[in-house]
Amino acid sequence: MSLAPFAVRCDVPPYRLSGTVVAALLNHRDSLAALGDAVLAPPYRGAPKAVVLAIKPRHALVAAGDALLVDDAAAELAVGASLGIVIARTACAVRAANALSHVAGYLVACDATVPHASHYRPQIRAMARDASCAFAAAVVARDAVGDAGALAVRTFVDGELAVATSSAELVRGVARLVADISDFMTLAPGDVVLAGSAPDAPRVRAGTRVAVEIECVGRLETRVALADRAAA
Amino acid sequence: MRRARVAYAGALHEAMPAGDAAIRLADGRVVADDAVVWLPPFDVGTVIALGLNYADHAKELSFAKQDEPLVFLKGPSSLVGHRGETRRPTDATFMHYECELAVVIGKPARRVSRERAIEHVAGYTIANDYAVRDYLENWYRPNLRVKSRDGATALGPWLVDASDVEWPPARSLATFVNGKQTQSGHTRDLVFDVATLIEYLSAFMTLDTGDVILTGTPEGVVDVGAGDEVVCEIEGLGRLANRIVGDERFGRAQADLRGPRT
Repeated sequence: MSLAPFAVRCDVPPYRLSGTVVAALLNHRDSLAALGDAVLAPPYRGAPKAVVLAIKPRHALVAAGDALLVDDAAAELAVGASLGIVIARTACAVRAANALSHVAGYLVACDATVPHASHYRPQIRAMARDASCAFAAAVVARDAVGDAGALAVRTFVDGELAVATSSAELVRGVARLVADISDFMTLAPGDVVLAGSAPDAPRVRAGTRVAVEIECVGRLETRVALADRAAA
Repeated sequence: MRRARVAYAGALHEAMPAGDAAIRLADGRVVADDAVVWLPPFDVGTVIALGLNYADHAKELSFAKQDEPLVFLKGPSSLVGHRGETRRPTDATFMHYECELAVVIGKPARRVSRERAIEHVAGYTIANDYAVRDYLENWYRPNLRVKSRDGATALGPWLVDASDVEWPPARSLATFVNGKQTQSGHTRDLVFDVATLIEYLSAFMTLDTGDVILTGTPEGVVDVGAGDEVVCEIEGLGRLANRIVGDERFGRAQADLRGPRT
């Protein structure tokens, strides 16, 4: 299996990340409301029933201090603040009541996607791009955070508060999310589950500074920069 | 050359074919091919899968041709080797295999043109990319609950070197359920060929050593049930066998009576 391309400090078991990152989509209470009546129309024909997920490939991950990358000066990224849930021990078909015992801790993440109107297809070109998902430098132990069910989550663009939300707004909170994923996809020690972001993620271009703060978990600072266009 | 990765007598080994129904471990031991546990034949990185990449299969599922490849990613818990087991949930009414040519990346690829794509291919193997259609929802479809299931990506038995396969690869595919052929196709009918896929993907995501592209499946998918043996075959690459097993094999038979699992 692939290991994470960079180290994140984690002072509790499993002490390191596995490199597997799975992001919950449409997991904020406002996500479907933002789509209005379109939720009931084709192609969707109704709200999602099961948890909606996307895998983040290894080159999407950005270490603390490094930049989110775009291809050109006109390109926009929607920067979504997300609580990252770090798995402590193997979780397969766990119940929500037991799920937290499989969680090592939390980290701050910023998942940047190319804005896209349709949620019908996997949209890998918008969501699996190189250098699009930034992690903070350290995992904060679950015991140190306490109840992760009502943490303030703030996104700053060039120093100005752009979005203020809370983990209380998640459709599936930490325990439910881990349980529902583990029903069909075993989570391994060091895997990270991104709990998902609010639908009104700010749109930014190269040169922008972005910061995400999650209460009791920490602060992540990153920036948007132009990618090197060379082939390899 | 073709290589497998197997577990035998307490260790992992690279193995090569050694005549009929036998393999030779790298340390010289020759053992029966059913005396080992077959693993995916390389260290698997990102699993990249194509949907609707054969015109006939797209038609079978009532989809129009795509403007760009339909691509989704599968997680590492979905991986299983040759002769592995894959769980069919009790509530499923339509679970099907998908026999696919799997392209394994060798040299990292970033913004690679289709003309140079071949330089980044380490080799090929066979994939069986299972789906449980009951769980399809129209949000980021095919959603992970359909595709990225534990044990739902069988790979193997062999990694066959790119130098042993023509470019572009031109091979027939077939699937057999309990010995009866149910699927047939040919890679010449790919909507987006291997070179195009490497160019398309590497334009926005770096393909790294061990990443694997499952290139899609032709028509002929049928429901498979617990106890069925599914064999995916690609001309010259081998035969990838898999067994469908029920929930009870995983202690899930009576969900309501299931005790707390941690």
